[in-house]
Amino acid sequence: MSTTVVLYLITYLAMAAFVLAVAARFVKIFRMPLHLRWELYPVAHEMGNKAKYGGSKLEEVDWWTKEEGKSRINELKAMIPEMTFLVLLYEQNRKLWYRSFPFHFGLYILSGMLALLGLGAVCELYGVTIAAAGTSVGSVIYYLTKLAAIAGLFLASFGAVGLLQMRLGDANLRGYTSPATIFNLLFFLLVFIVAWLTLLFADPTFDLTRAYVQNLLTFNLSAPVGSALLGLEILLAVVLIAYIPMTHMAHFFLKWFTWHKIRWDDEPNRIGGAIEQKIIEQVQYPVSWSAPHINADGKKNWLDIATEEIEKK
Amino acid sequence: MNPSVKVEEISKPADPLSHVDPRDLPILPKPYDDAEKIPAWKPLSDKAKGEYESSLDDTIALSIRKPASKEEEERLIRQFLDGLEKLFSRENNWTFLQPMTLSMENCAKCQTCAEACHIYEMSGHNEIYRPTYRAEVLRRLYYKYLKPGGALFSKWLHGDIELNWTTIARLAELSYRCNLCRRCAQTCPLGLDNGLITHDLRKLFSQEMGIYAKELHDNGSMLQLRVGSSTGMNPLVVKDNIEFIDEDTSERTGIPIQTPWDVEGADVLLIHNAGEIMAWPENHGAFATIFEAAGIRWTLSSESQEALGYDNINYGLFYDDVMLAKVAVKHAKAAKKLGVKKIVLGECGHAHKALTVIADRVLTGELNIPRESAMALLKEIVFSGKIKFDPSRNDFPVTLHDPCNMVRLMGIVQPQREILQLLCPQFREMTPHGVDNYCCGGGSGFAIMSGHNFEDWRMHVSGRKKMEQILHAFHDELDPSIRKYVCAPCSNCKGQMRDLIKYYDMWNQCGISYGGLVELIVNAMADAQPGYIEWGLF
Repeated sequence: MSTTVVLYLITYLAMAAFVLAVAARFVKIFRMPLHLRWELYPVAHEMGNKAKYGGSKLEEVDWWTKEEGKSRINELKAMIPEMTFLVLLYEQNRKLWYRSFPFHFGLYILSGMLALLGLGAVCELYGVTIAAAGTSVGSVIYYLTKLAAIAGLFLASFGAVGLLQMRLGDANLRGYTSPATIFNLLFFLLVFIVAWLTLLFADPTFDLTRAYVQNLLTFNLSAPVGSALLGLEILLAVVLIAYIPMTHMAHFFLKWFTWHKIRWDDEPNRIGGAIEQKIIEQVQYPVSWSAPHINADGKKNWLDIATEEIEKK
Repeated sequence: MNPSVKVEEISKPADPLSHVDPRDLPILPKPYDDAEKIPAWKPLSDKAKGEYESSLDDTIALSIRKPASKEEEERLIRQFLDGLEKLFSRENNWTFLQPMTLSMENCAKCQTCAEACHIYEMSGHNEIYRPTYRAEVLRRLYYKYLKPGGALFSKWLHGDIELNWTTIARLAELSYRCNLCRRCAQTCPLGLDNGLITHDLRKLFSQEMGIYAKELHDNGSMLQLRVGSSTGMNPLVVKDNIEFIDEDTSERTGIPIQTPWDVEGADVLLIHNAGEIMAWPENHGAFATIFEAAGIRWTLSSESQEALGYDNINYGLFYDDVMLAKVAVKHAKAAKKLGVKKIVLGECGHAHKALTVIADRVLTGELNIPRESAMALLKEIVFSGKIKFDPSRNDFPVTLHDPCNMVRLMGIVQPQREILQLLCPQFREMTPHGVDNYCCGGGSGFAIMSGHNFEDWRMHVSGRKKMEQILHAFHDELDPSIRKYVCAPCSNCKGQMRDLIKYYDMWNQCGISYGGLVELIVNAMADAQPGYIEWGLF
């Protein structure tokens, strides 16, 4: 089997690993039992001004008789700036934000660049030439891809260097920085450095990269990559992409749970509702905590334990 | 203080791991800016040090007896590991498994949360009080002992940690150096929660190892389940006390009241923190006066055995899910037995949260009786026009303390403010306030914990930020001849305020007093005799 075929296969495997790792972690968390309410205000979907000052429906008399309004607009007003600009970090830890924001925003742009590469590859399959002097569509995709690559790489590289410098130099972070954290940042930096070299010396027009994507889409695994440097960059990048969801960096999608399923989960339990059904199931779980006052034996369930009288001396 | 104590040093011998030197603490505003004039911190006695684990800092919260032998130490280590496993099991911790796992596995260790913590800040940035310190110890143990390959890779992946009895004893004490106010969680860019980690650590110690603060468990939850109230009052005593309060209040206000007991089908079952009845009888007197004047069909419950009707405390919220569930179920049973339309929770923040929010996913069917905050009902009454007010009777500086459980954790922010804005001409906010408030320093049960020299720690460290906030709120009127009022609509917070004011002699030195919200309402009632608030009873 040639090196080229191996690279294509690794790319497929890495993409599959990424999807599987994301799915596995998502499903693992998703399938956990319904937890007790643990919301934290402000809750973004509260109606009107409440979302701003942190109020809730519990401020109202007979709140359970009132309509359960949720404002999706208020929710989006909180979510979009947070996801895009890391607003909390900006407000609470500006020093880190100067490094973390460019890093993350650079990664967003690079993800956009990957999408543009895919789009370019598909267009070429349908006869649209992607080049500086191509058709208007082809030319736009060409320049957007290049712009996204340069801007994304610049921001992400700047951010990665800044984060590394802060991890190693800031006394507040040093004691909480494991070797793996440094490895992760160095891994990102390596991918970015090789990407810069590829961009400058091996594939400035992205023709080779686009062709590689096209070959992936058409399963043309014998087509040459055309550049050893590009081959190295592809190898490093796909391994990194597969690695991310296996680490704490999975926060890029697990944040959905921490916000929507914990901080903002103020869904009340209604008699006869779905939440009540889940509680009824979960209080059947056996308890095996060992402290004497729990009086568990591994057979009694939560309902038994919660309703059992204590010994009255 | 050892400013550079590392996470892994928690297992290393040192006595203690970090000192809390009052000279390292931030200077308070005037007139407390001279450290020499601040009450001295009593050192731990040699007897306490000899008997109990005290190697964390300069105080003791839990009085954990030292193991008598190596064998006992090993047994305790095994027990801790069993508990750790249960903490991440579906069956034993369904209540918080999802948020705990997320907080364990996704922390970026960016330390954004650190500056939000009043204890970390006001300890002079003592490393062991950093919100991530105890979380990181638990995280490293979790990866090393629960995850496959932990023994081989966790040091490289997550950092070094050694599990021995010293680690466990310090971690247990450390779980009682946090007010569980969750201000740190509010700032986490990833939505993670060091407050929850501390809460669940306390659960591990209580539910598996029987290690807890005796004030919360033996004298709290267990006493409540035995006699009906953590104050020790049985129904006879509580009725007797309320009768006395009714008489006294009627005399003071000139408005006759008689508290109704066990009225079936009442609209409102009012449940106080019974500490109010013992320590702040004017609070119940004010509630009764307001409810009677507004024509509310209300009742108290004298249930003390199969149900719990006259003490809304639920300390399980702070340390033990089983105790939380036992007490919540009995509170709901009291309401069910009387067939009331709703439970109204008196001025007690943790009881608000325990019964309204947390127990919302414990109570099912007929036990799921509507629960409401007194703040909401009081606002409706005050603005209904049923009672005539004379705000000039409250014409003194007033500021509001936001109880974390009620405000940040339930979103009950405005009702109490709107009442104060209407009835107190000199109302001013603390900075920050609302959901960004700081804990009083007595949160998570600390207000009732004063063993050994823990009160000194609570006054010097955990209560320091609130002290600073209060002094700032009244900075232009600190003259002791000007009476000032800190409104704290929460029994636990009031306990902490009382202790702070006494400890620092704030009444005599600054004219600062404290109380609840209902007292201010009755003080402004035009039909009541003036002077409901009694000043300076310290």
